[in-house]
Amino acid sequence: MFNNLPILSLITFLPLVGAIALMFFARISKGEARTQLDKNAPMVALLVSVAVLILSLLMVWQFDATSAEFDFVEETAWLGGNIKYRMGVDGISVLFVVLTAFLTPLCILASRNSIKKNMVDYMVAFLVLETIMIGVFCALDLILFYLFFEAVLIPMFIIIGVWGGKDRVYASYKFFLYTLLGSVLMLAAVLWIYNLGGTTDIRALHKLEIPAGAQTWLWLAFFASFAVKMPMWPVHTWLPDAHVQAPTAGSVILAGILLKMGGYGFLRFSLPMFPDASVKFTPLIFALSVIAIIYTSLVAYRQKDMKKLIAYSSVAHMGFVTMGIFAINMQGLQGSIFQMISHGLVSGALFFCVGVIYDRMHTRDIEFYGGLVKSMPVYAFFLMLFTMANVGLPGTSGFVGEILTMVGAYKVNPWVAAGAALGMILSAVYALYLYRAVIFGEQTNEKLNDIQDLNRTEFIVLAPLAFFVILLGIYPSLVTDITEVSVENLIQNFNLRIGQGS
Amino acid sequence: MLYQIIVFAPLIGALIAGLGAPRIGEKPSMVITTVLLMLSAVLSWIAFFSVTGGDGGTTVELFRWMDVGGFKANWSLKIDSLTAVMLVVVNTVSALVHLYSWGYMEEDPSKPRFFAYLSLFTFAMLMLVTADNFIQMFFGWEGVGLASYLLIGFWYKKPSANDAAIKAFITNRVGDVGLALGVMTIFLVFGSVNFETVFTAIKTNQDGVRDLVLPFLGMEFNAIELIAFLLFVGAMGKSAQFILHVWLPDAMEGPTPVSALIHAATMVTAGVFLVCRAYPIYEFAPTTAAFVAVLGGFTAFFAATVGLVQNDIKRVIAYSTCSQLGYMFFAAGLGAYNAAMFHLFTHAFFKALLFLGAGSVIHALHHQQDMRKMGGIWKVIPVTYIVMIIGTLAITGVGIPGTGNFGFAGFASKDLIIESAYDAGHAGVTAGAFAFWAGIVAALMTSFYSWRLIFMTFHGKHRGPKKYLDQAHESPLVMTIPLILLAIGAAFAGFFFYKSFAYNAHDFWGHALPMGHAEYGDGNLYAAAGGDVAKDSGGHHDYPLWVLWAPFIVSALGFVMAWFTYIYNNGTEKRIASEGGPIYKFLLNKWYIDELYNATIVRGTKWLGDVFWKIGDIKIIDRFGPNGVAAAAMAGAKRLSKIQSGYLYHYAFIMLIGVAAIIGLVLRSIGG
Repeated sequence: MFNNLPILSLITFLPLVGAIALMFFARISKGEARTQLDKNAPMVALLVSVAVLILSLLMVWQFDATSAEFDFVEETAWLGGNIKYRMGVDGISVLFVVLTAFLTPLCILASRNSIKKNMVDYMVAFLVLETIMIGVFCALDLILFYLFFEAVLIPMFIIIGVWGGKDRVYASYKFFLYTLLGSVLMLAAVLWIYNLGGTTDIRALHKLEIPAGAQTWLWLAFFASFAVKMPMWPVHTWLPDAHVQAPTAGSVILAGILLKMGGYGFLRFSLPMFPDASVKFTPLIFALSVIAIIYTSLVAYRQKDMKKLIAYSSVAHMGFVTMGIFAINMQGLQGSIFQMISHGLVSGALFFCVGVIYDRMHTRDIEFYGGLVKSMPVYAFFLMLFTMANVGLPGTSGFVGEILTMVGAYKVNPWVAAGAALGMILSAVYALYLYRAVIFGEQTNEKLNDIQDLNRTEFIVLAPLAFFVILLGIYPSLVTDITEVSVENLIQNFNLRIGQGS
Repeated sequence: MLYQIIVFAPLIGALIAGLGAPRIGEKPSMVITTVLLMLSAVLSWIAFFSVTGGDGGTTVELFRWMDVGGFKANWSLKIDSLTAVMLVVVNTVSALVHLYSWGYMEEDPSKPRFFAYLSLFTFAMLMLVTADNFIQMFFGWEGVGLASYLLIGFWYKKPSANDAAIKAFITNRVGDVGLALGVMTIFLVFGSVNFETVFTAIKTNQDGVRDLVLPFLGMEFNAIELIAFLLFVGAMGKSAQFILHVWLPDAMEGPTPVSALIHAATMVTAGVFLVCRAYPIYEFAPTTAAFVAVLGGFTAFFAATVGLVQNDIKRVIAYSTCSQLGYMFFAAGLGAYNAAMFHLFTHAFFKALLFLGAGSVIHALHHQQDMRKMGGIWKVIPVTYIVMIIGTLAITGVGIPGTGNFGFAGFASKDLIIESAYDAGHAGVTAGAFAFWAGIVAALMTSFYSWRLIFMTFHGKHRGPKKYLDQAHESPLVMTIPLILLAIGAAFAGFFFYKSFAYNAHDFWGHALPMGHAEYGDGNLYAAAGGDVAKDSGGHHDYPLWVLWAPFIVSALGFVMAWFTYIYNNGTEKRIASEGGPIYKFLLNKWYIDELYNATIVRGTKWLGDVFWKIGDIKIIDRFGPNGVAAAAMAGAKRLSKIQSGYLYHYAFIMLIGVAAIIGLVLRSIGG
């Protein structure tokens, strides 16, 4: 179907084209026309992102899940030397493209009414963001990946910085400081690898034999970057602040996609390229993962701000991901990919839910609310569903990822799985605390008297998320069938290559 | 199709009532859920008679659920005698509770939601009992937990109901973690989570799994013992066994029909079902099986002591449930699985009856639950009174000693359990002897608190406001018909099904439970005691006369004591309460276990959360991390009025430098 069509480039850069068109029209239109453009910008962005979604669905439909090879590969001369513009997806990355393409239109839809200023700029930022995010998952060249991986923060900064809450300065500062450290180290590592291998083709790098000593340093440099992005404990403290300050859609993308880049990085680079170092540092990852799960769950329980609570819970859920990845077996890896997809849907949905009441009341203070079920029964239903998915109730997508990663970890180290299992209890503690405080109880706050239930747009945003949370919960093979061969291949190569570096 | 309809009809009802109520209205939601449930119930009885009558059941595979590197589970409906018994219990009680709720919930504004939850619960419970693998069982297991949480907190405006709902969910989660770890261990050892595969591997000792030693949390365990124990932790949570029992009494905050369905007849028996379903594991885990028996015996005793002094009518019955579940567990732990299942079966009828009867009283007396404010109403609500008497006769096990089944439902099943324990104890199994005596002592207390409930509620002078007594009236037919049907069950279920459950008449159990010596494992404590020999032949064991009569005597004694205290010498109760001996207070406060948990676990969790947040995150990580590293940059940043300045450009700048460096490198490599 896409024989001669650069489908990945098309998917990646279509939003950028849309963004440029919007900017161009914003430049040339004045007065009445400009107002008109502000009004129509969301619709344009929505159309573009829906087109991207359709293309990505076609792409995944054509995707060959029976082979571990990269599909839809494109290769063009670029920076010279062996640094080329290379794109391609395999079973591990392809679903993240779809997830991104799926969440972006929902974000745009949800922002239509909640964004009050600079609508055109906001939509431009979002479309650019989409291009970069998809680029991260499609890049088949280390340099290209690095560019996308770091560039993604720029539109995110802008979104938080311009449309964020009142402490956005501190939040973006913190965000910046953390990621700066990681990106500098990773840049050094990228240069080193280029020197070692003479190429930045990821396929070639997967076969590159790197001395064990070098592996250790390179692994640590990549780790610095990925751990911050995940985020892993103890470099997680930027996330709650960034979430609190970000506008709703910003939070959704942050939790839904950006957090997945760290995990994707581990899968794409750390395991295949530095197997010996990965084995060496597995205990460290396990320790950090279990600490993250228990520690941040407990912290989440004590939060007074809804977004902070969900942000901390994200850190805990990402702990399951890192734990699963470094279990390095089928259940662990499949589970961690599944957990990332599921968390993208669930945490995205939860942030949308917070946005719904924030738009009405302009506060995220948990104590402000209470008894919402009376006036917002539909909202209460959705929030219950997503809360239960967050808790990992079987039948929702949240369960599958958690149980698989725990099974994977259990095979390697029962302590780790037992620690993570403790997280199952704690997630119920904080999630039910939040639900009860917001939804149940007597409605005592008079300001809530006239609060309205979900409007049509909000319903359209939440319903598909709910549908997929349940669908993936009862039929997870939709995901695992696509990822299976690539993950198998990754494990095989990993086991073959262990010890070669020494 | 039969089984698909039985299982999915309640789900369809739940979806229609839950999502469609605003469109279709209140009454249709109630009609649809109730009719679908009745359909399920009727079909369940058909399935029950055909499966236990010899067709042996089947497994219906629905579709693939999880399939990841050998971790494989299908959605499926496994039907055998064990499942058939549960289908009948769950759907019968559920259908009657649906009907009863028409009357009981009449004035409630959110009836569709209530009926949707009830049906959802039923569906989850059915998925639990029809699972053919541990993962689907876990789905049902947590699903009923969710429904229980929703129903306990049904009256969401009441803080106490919300607290109770959360407590139930979280306490159950503690157990669920045990269950989940148990399932993972099973997968680790057997490479499968399918019942059939795992149980066959154990029975035939494939790959020496029975002697496998596993390291777990720094210690070495026999793999089967470890699995058995972890699974039982799950059972302890769901079935409210000691130390994880705390949620059950609080769960009485839910509407009374919920207490009858979930917290008496069905969900709380899931733990017993789990042990029976996984009997091949317990057969080969004698240490854990003994632990199950001892803990069950202890819970039977402990909960009964607390039940002696409670004043809330529902709490008395809740502790009674907890205690009766203890009986089932000690039977199961000792290997008398059929006795455990039999008691589960009869208990469902009489306990649901007692709860719904209590609901009828509460309904009549303007939602009064405090027995100290009741009394003297037996003439006003005669039907309720009579069925409650039948329920009490059933739970106290009234019957003709030595005949086996000539008596009320509880007589046949409880005596079977006590006799099994005697067998085991007699053969030198310590856990058996302990369970036997715990069972006898608990039976005395059961009788006392059950009759105390009757006397305080129905007899004597009315102690509440007089106008409530004057307005009191018998419940409507939708409530009394379920009561009468359950009363029939409570009266005759033991008599009719004794031979089948106890002696495997007509090959009742098929291959679902071990019957006969050849099928028992080495570790079956009951079989080790020679307990099954007589049962096989269908005749009755020659128990010493005192063993046969002991339950009857203590039951009678309990009645006399209660009568003496509350009728003959009215006022004794008040004297005990006012003098308030330390034992009375200790029991009234439920052994202070809630207080203990609050002081340690609950407060500890909050404290740790605060410490990690305010000290760990803020004072340590942030201070020495981002804030400390560049306090100066921060100071500069604060002065900037426009946010989009600063970092963004710095950041882009660094990236550009990076790219420039790369290009430089490339050029150099090309040039060189």
